[in-house]
Amino acid sequence: MTVTWYVVLSAVLFTIGAGGVLIRRSPLVILLCLELMLNAGNLALVAFSRAHGNAEGQVFALIVMVVAACEVVVGLGLIVAMFRRRLPLNVDDLRSLKG
Amino acid sequence: MIYVAFFAGAIGAVGGAIAVIAMRNAFYSVLALVIHLVSLAGLFLLLYAQFIAAAQIVVYAGAVMVLYVFVAAYVGAAEEPLWEPIPGQRFLAPMLAAALLVELGIAILGTGLSAIDSGGPKLPGGFGTPSQIGTLLLEHFLVVFEAASMLLLVAAVGAVTLAARSRKRGEPDRAGETPA
Repeated sequence: MTVTWYVVLSAVLFTIGAGGVLIRRSPLVILLCLELMLNAGNLALVAFSRAHGNAEGQVFALIVMVVAACEVVVGLGLIVAMFRRRLPLNVDDLRSLKG
Repeated sequence: MIYVAFFAGAIGAVGGAIAVIAMRNAFYSVLALVIHLVSLAGLFLLLYAQFIAAAQIVVYAGAVMVLYVFVAAYVGAAEEPLWEPIPGQRFLAPMLAAALLVELGIAILGTGLSAIDSGGPKLPGGFGTPSQIGTLLLEHFLVVFEAASMLLLVAAVGAVTLAARSRKRGEPDRAGETPA
C-alpha cells in the first residue's frame, strides 16, 4: 500500500470540498465543505508523516484540527448572529459589507 | 487485508464527502460529514496515527459535530435548491472543481518525491502514540502548542461576542423583543 494512494484520495476529497464551496449557497454547508478540505489536508499530512517515518507531520495535523475547531466556532457564531438579525442565510444575498 | 481496509475507508470518506454536498437538507449534510470523519479516522489508523485517529473521533465527530447539529437545528434545516440561478454556475462550478482535480493529479503523479511511491520506512514501536505526540508537542513545538491554546481562547471569546444578543441597536431580533 504505497502512500500515493492516500495522497490521491486526499486530492479527491479536497476537490469535492472545493466543489461544494463553489456550488452550495448556504453558509452552514459551506462551512461543512471547508471541513472537508481541511480534513483532506490532514490526510495528506498524516500520509507524508508515514512516508517519512517522522511523527512531526502528525503534530501538524493536530494543529490543523485546532485551527479548524476555531474556524467552526467563529463561523457558527456568525451564522447564529445572521439568523438573529433576520439576514438571509444565503451567501449570494449577503454581498455588501455594510454594517 | 490492508487493501480491503483502505478501500472501505476510502469509499466511506468519498461517499460521505459527496453526500455532504449533495444533500439538500443541511441536517443530513452534517450527518454525512460524521460518516466521512469516522472513515478518515480509520484511514489514520492504517497510517499508524493512533492519537490523531482518536482525536478525530473525540474532537471532530464528537464535539464539533454536536455544535453543527445544534446550529442546524437552531437556524432550521431549510430545504434549499441545489442550484441557484446564477447564469453559468451550473456548468462553471463543477468544471472548476474538475480542473482543480486534474491539476492536483498532475502534481501528484508527476512529483519527483520518491518517498510517496513506497509504503514508507519500517516504523519504530510507539509511532504515533499519545506519548510520542505529547513529547513532540512539549519538546519541539511548545510555542505552537501555546499559540494554539491562545487561538482557542480568542475563538471562544469571539464566538460569544458574535452570537450574543446585540443591545446597542434598535433592531428587533428573533430571540426576543426589541432590545432597549
